Amino acid sequence: MAAVAVKESRGDKIFVILNYIYLSIALLIVLYPVLYIISASISDPKYVNSGEMWLLPKGITFEGYVRVFENSKIWSGYGNTILYTTVGTLVNLFVTLPAAYSLSRSDFVGRGFFMGMFMVTMFFGGGLVPGYLLVKNLGMINSMWALILPGAASVWNIIVARTFFQSTIPKELQEAAHIDGCTNMRLFIKIVLPLSAPIIAVMALFYGVGHWNSYFSALIYLNEESKYPLQMILRQILVLQEMSAETTGAAINASVASALNNKADAASLLKYAVIIVSTLPVVAVYPFLQRYFVQGVMIGSVKG
Amino acid sequence: MQENAQGALSANVIPNPGKNNKTVWKRMLQNWELYLFIAPAFLYFLIFHYGPMYGIQIAFKNFIPTKGIWGSPWVGFDHFTRFFESYYFWDLLWNTLSISLYELAVGFPLPIILALAFNEVKDGFFKRSVQTITYAPHFISVVVMAGIIITFLSPSTGIINHIIQFLGFDPVNFLTEPAWFKTLYVLSGVWQGTGWGTIIYLAALSGVDPQLHEAAIVDGASRFKRILHINIPAITPTITILLILNMGSILGVGFEKILLLQNSLNMGASDVISTFVYRSGLVDAQYSFSTAVGLFNSVVNAILLITVNQIARRTGNSLW
Repeated sequence: MAAVAVKESRGDKIFVILNYIYLSIALLIVLYPVLYIISASISDPKYVNSGEMWLLPKGITFEGYVRVFENSKIWSGYGNTILYTTVGTLVNLFVTLPAAYSLSRSDFVGRGFFMGMFMVTMFFGGGLVPGYLLVKNLGMINSMWALILPGAASVWNIIVARTFFQSTIPKELQEAAHIDGCTNMRLFIKIVLPLSAPIIAVMALFYGVGHWNSYFSALIYLNEESKYPLQMILRQILVLQEMSAETTGAAINASVASALNNKADAASLLKYAVIIVSTLPVVAVYPFLQRYFVQGVMIGSVKG
Repeated sequence: MQENAQGALSANVIPNPGKNNKTVWKRMLQNWELYLFIAPAFLYFLIFHYGPMYGIQIAFKNFIPTKGIWGSPWVGFDHFTRFFESYYFWDLLWNTLSISLYELAVGFPLPIILALAFNEVKDGFFKRSVQTITYAPHFISVVVMAGIIITFLSPSTGIINHIIQFLGFDPVNFLTEPAWFKTLYVLSGVWQGTGWGTIIYLAALSGVDPQLHEAAIVDGASRFKRILHINIPAITPTITILLILNMGSILGVGFEKILLLQNSLNMGASDVISTFVYRSGLVDAQYSFSTAVGLFNSVVNAILLITVNQIARRTGNSLW
């Protein structure tokens, strides 16, 4: 721990070594599937499906990626997801940040009421069907808004942002601004927001990743394939097709099995490449923004 | 809360109730824009969270779409008795509870152990890389996760079964075998969530006073003893709070992943209350019945949360 000049005992040395071994095993367990998928995406499916490719790419081919780029469904899904993620995140920020700022102000009369009203929904809700009926009654079925408005804010994120404002915007700043005749609106837009870049980044990332990865609202609210986000297209490719192959494949004879295997070869070309292409944007930006994500979780943990 | 009280105090300098009311009004008027700021969130929660709560009444009615929520006839607890008396009730409850408890038993301690291990490593390249890499699976979407599980476990082409065959065993069709379903669900969750789960404990560990460790070292305490007697007590409040939150969602298992991994052959082990609500409510359009089932689920969750919190309050680490 700290730089204390006491010689480590034998037991401690063994402990440290065991600790490194433990962490290395954890690292390998997480890393192996990821490396396997990357290798499989650029390998000949023959080797992948037979198990000959188990770590490093074998029979390198970029056919999988070519098929992904030729697939118009994946493109349209990608486009839709980018649209839903952008609009959705902007709505989230518009709802979350001003509300969180109001709740951070100790001179805001009624903040206990608002906070209580928001917190109740963390523990109790109407449930799936009443929520669905509401969206239906509002006429949002099969529209982008059904994916965005029902999740326009999360209580957790409002609390995180409120805690950030409380701890970083000094009260004196607000008082000084008021004495100078600055309105709350100007104060928020011209002073508070520019000082809050880290929390805006955290919020945009939390909400953005949520939109990028979500499939369930699209499953229940959208009924045209041209509107499907990427995750719904992935569900067709990675889950529905595969699952039907697995369950029917349970009891069939050898010749049908080999025919299915050829089909599996073709499918697996696309499969691994599509996993990479769909997950890349999130995983690629993540190491650079890790600091912000971690910060977000930590602010939230200070007082839940 | 505390600051609220302070605010009330400062408004109370003049001991005159009439004046006091006036200052509250004055403050509200002065800060009218703050109400504008909170309006979108207020409307959002009112419409999209309290709106569906109004809709809960169809659990006690026979919902007829043309008559609307208000106009449909009351039937009392009919839907609830139908659910409790159905042959699948105990199966659903058992699957839901066993998956949750299995997940809690395996998935809850692992991030704690990993965080304690991270904490023993000096900051540097190794620590940073292990952290970055173990956090990353958190960002994989549930659909891709299900796709990975299905692909890796395929009995004919999946790598796991190739390894099993290489070791001389027969391939296992994990996804059509009900006995494997819960383990698959829990272990894939562990793979995806353990790294990310350490963050909150690391935050708590970073608050440990280094002087405690120095004093313990001088007294000859080993690393293991210091973890046991300094680090673990330091994160106990965090552990308790997360445990309470987990208990509160014990009937709300990660239903999106289950829905994706479900098939007709593993249904016996994979059907949980939430997937049942989805199927009977949105696929078969039995709105009232599934709302009743969903309400049963939320009420049990709320009761569990409150009970566990009451117990935790005795230890002084409660949520509220």
